[in-house]
Amino acid sequence: MYRSHVLVCGGTGCTSSGSQQIIDTFEAEIKKNGLEEEVSVVRTGCHGLCALGPIVLVYPEGSFYSMVKKEDVAEIVSEHLLKGRVVTRLLYQETVKEDEVIPLAETGFYKKQKRVALRNCGVINPEVIDEYIAVDGYQALGKVLTEMTPDDVIQTLLDAGLRGRGGAGFPTGMKWKLAKNLVPDADQKYVCCNADEGDPGAFMDRSVLEGDPHVVLEAMAIAGYAIGANQGYIYVRAEYPIAIERLRIAIGQAREYGLLGKNIFGTGFDFDIDLRLGAGAFVCGEETALMTSIEGKRGEPRPRPPFPAEKGLFKKPTVLNNVETYANIPQIILNGAEWFNSIGTEKSKGTKVFALGGKINNTGLVEVPMGTTLREVIEDIGGGIPNGKKFKAAQTGGPSGGCIPIEHFDIPIDYDNLLGIGSMMGSGGLIVMDEDNCMVDIAKFFLEFTVDESCGKCTPCRIGTKRLYEILDKITKGQGTLEDIDKMEELCYYIKANSLCGLGQTAPNPVLSTLRYFRDEYIAHVVDKKCPAGVCKGLVSFEIDPEKCKGCTMCARICPAGAISGNLKEAHVINKEKCLKCGACIEKCKFNAIVKK
Amino acid sequence: MSSKKTTVPFAGTKEQEEALMKVIAENKDEQGALMPVMQKAQDIYGYLPIEVQTMIADGMGIPLEKVYGVATFYSQFSLNPKGKYQISVCLGTACYVKGSGDIYNKLEELLGIKGGECTADGKFSLDACRCVGACGLAPVFLVNDEVYGRIGTDELPGILAKYN
Repeated sequence: MYRSHVLVCGGTGCTSSGSQQIIDTFEAEIKKNGLEEEVSVVRTGCHGLCALGPIVLVYPEGSFYSMVKKEDVAEIVSEHLLKGRVVTRLLYQETVKEDEVIPLAETGFYKKQKRVALRNCGVINPEVIDEYIAVDGYQALGKVLTEMTPDDVIQTLLDAGLRGRGGAGFPTGMKWKLAKNLVPDADQKYVCCNADEGDPGAFMDRSVLEGDPHVVLEAMAIAGYAIGANQGYIYVRAEYPIAIERLRIAIGQAREYGLLGKNIFGTGFDFDIDLRLGAGAFVCGEETALMTSIEGKRGEPRPRPPFPAEKGLFKKPTVLNNVETYANIPQIILNGAEWFNSIGTEKSKGTKVFALGGKINNTGLVEVPMGTTLREVIEDIGGGIPNGKKFKAAQTGGPSGGCIPIEHFDIPIDYDNLLGIGSMMGSGGLIVMDEDNCMVDIAKFFLEFTVDESCGKCTPCRIGTKRLYEILDKITKGQGTLEDIDKMEELCYYIKANSLCGLGQTAPNPVLSTLRYFRDEYIAHVVDKKCPAGVCKGLVSFEIDPEKCKGCTMCARICPAGAISGNLKEAHVINKEKCLKCGACIEKCKFNAIVKK
Repeated sequence: MSSKKTTVPFAGTKEQEEALMKVIAENKDEQGALMPVMQKAQDIYGYLPIEVQTMIADGMGIPLEKVYGVATFYSQFSLNPKGKYQISVCLGTACYVKGSGDIYNKLEELLGIKGGECTADGKFSLDACRCVGACGLAPVFLVNDEVYGRIGTDELPGILAKYN
């Protein structure tokens, strides 16, 4: 028995900011102080507050240390672990109120969250199966195999109202029902897990895989029982090395415990899981492309029908769900459909994990009940926009989604509401943009992504997205016309209607939604030849306000092009012919005298 | 996704070939094994020149054109050798809105190469990469496995100097 546990986050965010070094230093310091029999150091999954990594939690007190440096470790060990005095200076400052330490759950970031899919992330050691079992792990699988028929399982999911968390929101129970019944005499069926999380800015699936890998294995086995499959595949991005390693460990341990393999729980049910690694193709997140890729081919999508429930992987009936969807399932089985059904809105049940990023104070992962408003997520949980800047838009759904402007700030977030305002839930990336972001540039950014990732199989997507990109590029260079905007809009609808798979069908969404809410910015680019946010370099000019300039010469010295001239203590001038518009002078000016126009 | 033919002569060793043959023998009969074999081949050789693709095709009994098709489809398969220090700049949305595009351009300028290329001395190669998931540290880039976060363009010369 240990009297204290030191939980160090080993998610990708914290690992990137050096948490492995923190763990090593903790272990060394604990040894130095002779505490190795009393204190255990545990590497956990993600706590969500990635902006403040590396994160260290000390139990039983529940002290939440943030942005811990290697040099701080000795103090935490000697003060907190040895003498029992919490090092208030290093605590997450939100947990310190007038010299009192308040529980983490009461801080702004965590108060409005409800953790279902992320329930074990940051709590258990993901590399030890016993810790998962200790928090009711594999109990749902046991219940399913011994007390429920496959139809009971499917009915429970239908009653719970769980919808796919990968983006489109198809009812999970319905998907399973089709896979079970569509081809009654199939000799082989498959269960697949889509862990090819490709939307830039979305990392909730990775956090589940890194922090709680067994929940995915358990849910896949439940799916296998429900549809009558005995083989599963997890298709995971090669860009997620930590997640892959933990899945390997988890699969090995589950096999060793008899929770995967032959005759699980002595019920005669066989189920095993293999890993398949992606190789960097965004389109493989599309279900039919993913299956083609598991088959070892170029990951191109296939026309539907036939749907995967009838002819999926290796032409056999297949169920494919996303990681977050699976992460909800054991809880639904254990707590019942009614429990899950009571969370969320009328048509969107349960919770949704969002990856907050961009211009927001608390970047990280949050899980909230469906129906929480965008305002609550951004202001209360996300802590608002840094540097007193003004909110412009939130982008959801990645390259398939759209931008939500301030007038929809109070809309309850669920599948149908987001579709209604021209965006989509997507996998849950939520990127915040402020007044310094140009919406035309953002649309161009997403189109550049889809042009690059279009697999080339169908023409509307391969050529259409390229043409869209070219028009956007023209506009950002100040060479666009009003006709271009109309042409672009027409092309968007054409691509949506005629593309083969979800990638092409949704690729124009960033353009359409920015046109819908920020048309004035497009007009400014083509008519006034101005970029209101000052991003598009072809349309920006830099000027020095002579009133504010103190003549400190800093800008003239930093300018790489030698475009700024002026004498000491006199107002400086920018030579527009020479100016490269790099912005170096703006960063250096202490008097805010340089403006982009 | 580059399909350029490599100009650096192929210099595979006997040991590498044996390792590859072992991988092929272990996976040959499994359904859909081509990609896992190619991934391991790239681990062994560092990249997938046409010579290696030919060995895989012959060993697995799969037409070379299929192997080449897969190699050029996925961005992680490289037909060109990589630098000793592989720099990958994250151009995911969160990094992009925080200025990783400027980081990428500045690195191109400092190294004198375009994205996807390798410097003449084989020291640095530069690529744009998809979201690495460290959005809390944006803008982010990697030199091999070392992560640099919250970086400004003025810090880049100093970071590169560490590797020179």
